[in-house]
Amino acid sequence: MAKEKPDLVYGTLDMLILKSLQHEPRHGLGIADRIQQMSRDILRVEQGSLYPALYRLEAQGWIKADWGVSENNRKARYYKLTAAGRKQLAAETEHWSRITAGIDFVLSGT
Amino acid sequence: MPRLNAWVHRLLGVFRKNRRDAEMSEEIQQHLDALTERNIAAGMSPKEARNAALREFGGVEQIKERAREQRVWLWANDFLQDLRFGARMLRRNPGFAILATLCLTLGIGTNAAVFSWIEGILIRPYPLVAHQDRMFALGGTTRGVTEGHGISYPDFVDLEKNSTLFESFIVDRIVGTTLSVGDRAERASGGIVSANYFDALGVRPMLGRGFRPEEGTGRNAHPVTVISYLTWQDRYKGDPEIIGKTQYLNGVQHTIIGVAPEKFHGTFIGYSFNFWVPTSMQETFDSTGYKLEDRGARWIESYAFLKPGVTRQQAQAELNAIAQRLENDFAETNRGQGFQLYPLWKTPFNAVGNLSPTLAITTGVAFFVLLIACANVSNLLLARSLVRRHEMTMRLALGAGRRRLIKQLFTEGLLLSLIAAAGGIVVAYWCRNALVLISPSRTPGITIDYPGQLDWRVLALSAAVCIGSTTLFALIPAIQASHVDLSGALKTEGSGVVGGSGRSRLRSALVFVQVALSFVLIAGTGLLFRSLVQMQNADPGFSTRNVVVSAADLFSAGYKPDQAKIFYEQLLERIRALPGVQSATLARVRPFSYSVYSSAPLEIEGYQPPRNEQVTADYNQVGEGYFSAIGIPIVKGREFTRNDDENAPPMAIVNETMAAKYWPGKSAIGQRLKVKDKWMEVVGVAKNANYRTKLENLMPFFYVPVRQNFVVQNNLIIRTEQSAAAIMNALAREIHALDPNLAPLDAITLQEQVDVMSYTQRLAVALLAIFGGMALFLAAIGLYAVMSYAVSQSTRELGLRMALGASVSDLLRLVMSRGLLLTGGGIVLGIVAALTLTRLMGNLLFKVSPRDPLAFGLALSVMTVVAMLACFLPAWRATRIDPVRALRI
Repeated sequence: MAKEKPDLVYGTLDMLILKSLQHEPRHGLGIADRIQQMSRDILRVEQGSLYPALYRLEAQGWIKADWGVSENNRKARYYKLTAAGRKQLAAETEHWSRITAGIDFVLSGT
Repeated sequence: MPRLNAWVHRLLGVFRKNRRDAEMSEEIQQHLDALTERNIAAGMSPKEARNAALREFGGVEQIKERAREQRVWLWANDFLQDLRFGARMLRRNPGFAILATLCLTLGIGTNAAVFSWIEGILIRPYPLVAHQDRMFALGGTTRGVTEGHGISYPDFVDLEKNSTLFESFIVDRIVGTTLSVGDRAERASGGIVSANYFDALGVRPMLGRGFRPEEGTGRNAHPVTVISYLTWQDRYKGDPEIIGKTQYLNGVQHTIIGVAPEKFHGTFIGYSFNFWVPTSMQETFDSTGYKLEDRGARWIESYAFLKPGVTRQQAQAELNAIAQRLENDFAETNRGQGFQLYPLWKTPFNAVGNLSPTLAITTGVAFFVLLIACANVSNLLLARSLVRRHEMTMRLALGAGRRRLIKQLFTEGLLLSLIAAAGGIVVAYWCRNALVLISPSRTPGITIDYPGQLDWRVLALSAAVCIGSTTLFALIPAIQASHVDLSGALKTEGSGVVGGSGRSRLRSALVFVQVALSFVLIAGTGLLFRSLVQMQNADPGFSTRNVVVSAADLFSAGYKPDQAKIFYEQLLERIRALPGVQSATLARVRPFSYSVYSSAPLEIEGYQPPRNEQVTADYNQVGEGYFSAIGIPIVKGREFTRNDDENAPPMAIVNETMAAKYWPGKSAIGQRLKVKDKWMEVVGVAKNANYRTKLENLMPFFYVPVRQNFVVQNNLIIRTEQSAAAIMNALAREIHALDPNLAPLDAITLQEQVDVMSYTQRLAVALLAIFGGMALFLAAIGLYAVMSYAVSQSTRELGLRMALGASVSDLLRLVMSRGLLLTGGGIVLGIVAALTLTRLMGNLLFKVSPRDPLAFGLALSVMTVVAMLACFLPAWRATRIDPVRALRI
């Protein structure tokens, strides 16, 4: 696999994880796939770095994990968005769009 | 930081590592397997597929480590962040921070101080002594009744020999002597102790040695002594060559064989001993004769160390069995005699018994002060939570969890109480010896010592108090704050009527509780104070003014009875000739002292005691004119005269209670009683008096002429118009003239002597007054804060009222009435609580009902005045509101 790993903007991984869980619970690999897919292959998550982030979010109470069985019959831990996580996602999305809007203004200004 | 991080990690890891780690490993393994499978499906060989999966995943172990850190570090990080944030908030509001920490320091400090006293005086009273948790006091009982007496030396030896559940027994008897080093003579207190004393206690002398087993026995055979560190420093100037030097103690040359370590004060609570001698020297220090072979002489106090794992009940059962055997073997001396183990805080033969109820009440009081302080801080926090509502709303709106907010407010509270706890420990450290300050007048040379002790247990308990109080004061405001109504908070706060919203109801409730608690404390102080005054005013049955007591230590100086008789004869002659002296006489025991009255089984002519009643009474040996000198009226018959000496028939004077008990309905004069094989004729009946304390019940008591029952050691009782100090000088001169080596002991008035015995009561009053004052102060601050806050919040309303024509007095009435309503409610609750709680003080109260209206009235008026003051200032400020400006806000 090539080393052209597009770095995530610092601090956005949590938000992306929350977003990927918005509609259904997923396991770790599923989350990585979903982010990659939603970003149309532009963003690629280093799979390993997902776990520290997942545990962090779990400790914050934003996501919850349960063991389940994956599509190809493997045992896997599924992460689910909690109510607090949903709120957090909304807050971060709002925050993010304001910032990007701001950055857009700055960059598109002459 | 990384260091701390690792440390926290390790600490928590202990608890959770295994389960979570296994789970994490499995999860990652499954992830890798899934990746590998996917790669195989894409056409790689299994090995390639695995390697590609590992590459894609990244370093497994590093990631595991990072994940672990995330988990653990997260809350530690939050905590530190909260702590930093809290510290910033405190720095920004120094007024709040100082007031809050001050309140809490008072609260935590008083508790830490009381804990340290209880630890140092009741629980582990003997510094350096090992295994105090297995140490028990051991006293004798007569027919199951505790009389506070000790055990006999032969019984002690038998206990040591026959017990299996005990590690060791020691015996200890407090003695006083005059210690002359160079030309300086001072009183000294010491212990007659068993030879195993230092070994059993686990105390190693810092110089020289302790006693050897053989030094415990052999009548006067081993004149050796271990001196205390203080005595060594103070009297012997820390002489490094002290071991082997000799010192006269009670006229016998003793070899100094050891110096006790600095912190060891002996095993008698309240006194710091100067020296110890082995039991073999008992006769030298005890003016009442040789007792080591006398099973009937129960003179010595004992302590026992149980073997590890043995309960007090088991040990007591074994003692009972031994007592039973001794009763069979030595019926004459041991019939009805038993042994009783006591926990150290119930030791019957030192000051502890009196102190523990006082300290128990003090603990309760300190807890009250803490509650009041917490209520205050809670109040302050509630007030501040209003100021910070904007911040809270913002954070909630931005998605912070309520739990996170509560945690943060709690951490801020913890920060406050941590600072306060540090301050409190310092306060406790300053106060550790405070109990001595209120202690009775001292004799030079004798160190009275009620040490508080700040060991890890006290610190741990204080930490618990700190966390507990944080929960108390920070939780309610935190929950309140986190329940901000988002939509409501966005609107501007309408300034309501004085005290309307839920938050201010909560604050009012807190003040309510504070007022109630302080009322209880003040009522309690009032009761104790009334009781002290009652006691002060109660007539002990003798005159306390114009009577001075002193003594010369003839026994320590080695006087034989014949010499002593002549000495006293001449001395009294000289004293009576002094200007201003009306009379002077002798008494073996002065009233209200720690010395023990003689006591003997009696036979009374014409009185048939009911079965299993042993007729016994205490008595005192007194000189001629004793009753007129001390002011006890003789109601019938006559008092002792100069002629009642060895040549006269034996006689006695009984008190009214004794006369009424044994010769009811007839005159006691001319009746006979037998004391120690000697028939005595009653020649007089004296009015009842108090003999040891004012708290004692009326009891049979009698007096015998000292000339017929001579002892070397006597007290001088001098009736005079002069002050004790003036008498002291004259006395010193006269004694010196008779014997240049003698000096009188401190002369004090009988009033001072009586006061010594009310130490516990005065201590209780002083402690409660201090704590009650603190509580009152804290409650006043609370009331004031609530009222001024209410006024500042309702500026608009008050301004409106003014604009509509309310007069200054209307406004004053409005604000004051609200404050006083609050106080009134608190007081009612306080009265109810006090009526229940003061009953617990029963045994500290003297001739005062626990519902004494005067004490309650006093508390009521103090509370009312303080409440008025606390409310008046805010109310007055309300009247200064400029209506125009108030309405424009």
